[in-house]
Amino acid sequence: MDIKGTELFVKALREEGVDTVFGYPGGMAIDLFDALYDADDIDVILPRHEQALVHEADGYARSTGKVGVCLVTSGPGATNLVTGIATANYDCVPLVCFTGQVSRDLIGNDAFQEVDIVGVTRNICKYAVTVRDRKDLATIIKKAFYVARTGKPGPVVVDIPKDIQLEMGSDEYPSEISIRGYKPSNGVHVGQLKKAMTMLKSAHKPVILAGGGVKISRAGESLTRLAEKMRIPVITTIMGKGVIPTDHPMYVGNIGMYGNYASNKAISECDVLFAIGVRFGDRITGKIEEFAKNAKIIHVDIDTASISRNIVVNIPIVADAKTALDEMLNHASAVKSDAWLKSIDEWKKEIPITMSGYEGMTPEKIINRINDLFPDSIVTTDVGQNQLWTTQYIRMDGKRQFLTSGGLGTMGYGLPAAIGASIGNPGKPVICISGDGGAQMNIQELATAHALETPVILCIFNNTYLGNVKQMQKMFYNKRYSSTCLRYSRSCNRQCRIDGTCTGRDYVPDFVKLAESYGCVGIRVEDESQMDEAFKRAAENTKSVTLIEFMLDCEYDVYPMVPGGAALSDMMFG
Amino acid sequence: MDTMKKRWISIYVENEIGVLARISGLFSGKSYNIDTLTVGVTEDPTMSRMTIGVTSDDKTFEQIKKQLNRSVEVIKVMDFTDLPIHMKELMFVKVNSCTEKDKAEAFRIAQVYGVKIEDYNKNTILFECTMTEDKNNSLLKLLSETYGYRLEVVRGGAVAIEAVSYTER
Repeated sequence: MDIKGTELFVKALREEGVDTVFGYPGGMAIDLFDALYDADDIDVILPRHEQALVHEADGYARSTGKVGVCLVTSGPGATNLVTGIATANYDCVPLVCFTGQVSRDLIGNDAFQEVDIVGVTRNICKYAVTVRDRKDLATIIKKAFYVARTGKPGPVVVDIPKDIQLEMGSDEYPSEISIRGYKPSNGVHVGQLKKAMTMLKSAHKPVILAGGGVKISRAGESLTRLAEKMRIPVITTIMGKGVIPTDHPMYVGNIGMYGNYASNKAISECDVLFAIGVRFGDRITGKIEEFAKNAKIIHVDIDTASISRNIVVNIPIVADAKTALDEMLNHASAVKSDAWLKSIDEWKKEIPITMSGYEGMTPEKIINRINDLFPDSIVTTDVGQNQLWTTQYIRMDGKRQFLTSGGLGTMGYGLPAAIGASIGNPGKPVICISGDGGAQMNIQELATAHALETPVILCIFNNTYLGNVKQMQKMFYNKRYSSTCLRYSRSCNRQCRIDGTCTGRDYVPDFVKLAESYGCVGIRVEDESQMDEAFKRAAENTKSVTLIEFMLDCEYDVYPMVPGGAALSDMMFG
Repeated sequence: MDTMKKRWISIYVENEIGVLARISGLFSGKSYNIDTLTVGVTEDPTMSRMTIGVTSDDKTFEQIKKQLNRSVEVIKVMDFTDLPIHMKELMFVKVNSCTEKDKAEAFRIAQVYGVKIEDYNKNTILFECTMTEDKNNSLLKLLSETYGYRLEVVRGGAVAIEAVSYTER
């Protein structure tokens, strides 16, 4: 039977098990939306901005493991997705982004709202394609979902010209697909794994470094069991945080620029480093020549291109994290690591991560309250100090989920990601920890949350600055706070160094009033004694966002810190 | 630091709009410099084959191959750097403002190098050279020593295929 392209589109979504679409309509997508009008089994979420839309699909996908589906119109609708596509690409989030396109006869004519979105996104997604023939529509959609969710997951862009949407054609949707240029790795090279096991068993100071890949392959339990069985301490990247419970005796902490002392020291001194699902980004390696200098390195990753790119490894293993870990469990036995575990414990005690040197309501105290009050929750962050503090202090027990833009570091990610996660996990508390800077990128999503009754708790750490940049200006730029004060006004001294002569105007927006204007609950917390009451009210509000603005001392900084380009052992402690 | 050397890759790609941009974008996006790239359809009309020449160190070259391999549009990547292959490049060289003496010399050069004088008139000569890239380079060097700024050069980039019994690159 022949059906319209738009009808096939809806059929394809159903076949792929899609029950939620994040969509923003427009002229070149209106027919697709029209087809969705009667599809009661597919929930269409209308955000207030396409950038937020794609972050919402991202938060939905990360928290559910399903493919996030975006649907936008051509031109600006499509280009507004760009930041979110790049964000998802960096953190390996499976998305399929459908973009409307002008009719084929208009492509290349500079038609109204025409943009070559495939050309724009080619280098920031896993695969991008324009449908050029109605008969290819079904296979292209099938291919898009397959590519997005398999191997190293990532975003796929499918651009559908308007005339193809309307063209009649076959109603068939393939149940399987084989792509000759795309064969994601399955299985694991057992010979390489055995070599790795021999190397690990001969180690005196072994370390497991677990990254986001372990989380994506849902291999946390296997990893924890391996660490227990082999008695090897586990260090995580921020993307890997939570793959082992943070109170587990084998867990050391995060590595990297804002990692803790014991982790960075252990990496610098270990003799065998077993890295899995990490890509050795510059934020975790510090100075490459000094990174794990004394160690032999085993690297498991699903992406061959991640192996031996930044760090030369001794044993490369291309495999999915769970496949590799489960196979290793068959051969695991305890390593003689007692002395090593003891020294790591001593380092943990010697310099623990804490903000106890600061007076007042510190982020550590706030996050600890969140840990206590909302153990079984999903936590998202924005980007900056709010994110770094959260990665340092959040408690992960295996149930809780933690979503953050690790690779691209996208401000404006936190709130929409939280809304997406809430949509994907109804009934589960979702908390977004944001800064006053990032919260204002995509604050309009309070309207989306209000409309959908998604009870996200939005915690804004308001220090009136773009704090992470300011911290670097304080440390390395002689307190030249160039363009980081959000209270700056025309009457200010441009060379202000916060010397007590602040003439800045009152902070805007008034977040509490702003929340109220969106039909949400707004609470300002100026003292730690007000925290519990605020969280109590937030927990009771199940119908909209509760925005809690925490007024922070702007001098709170994130420590320890490894300056950019320095060795991990060169930590600064504030 | 590894030594920089000339490398060759032959890849099969989907014969689709945008694939060339995808491949060249991958090189430019990661700051890999392409020396030469040729592309044309194969015995299977749904596939094209590219011959790509790059100058790089071992580590970068490994990355290039891996990055190509992970592209959905790339069907197969073959490293031709040390394989027995046949490689040829088409090069046109036009020599303008020739004297009779210049022309006589041109015919001698063509004879020695085994290249064709494809076209000529009273004061212009056109060489058509189908040789390995190296030989084209040496010929070009000789021609520019002989004729200087009067040359006009168009090079097609190398195409290569696996050898049957002997290698020529």
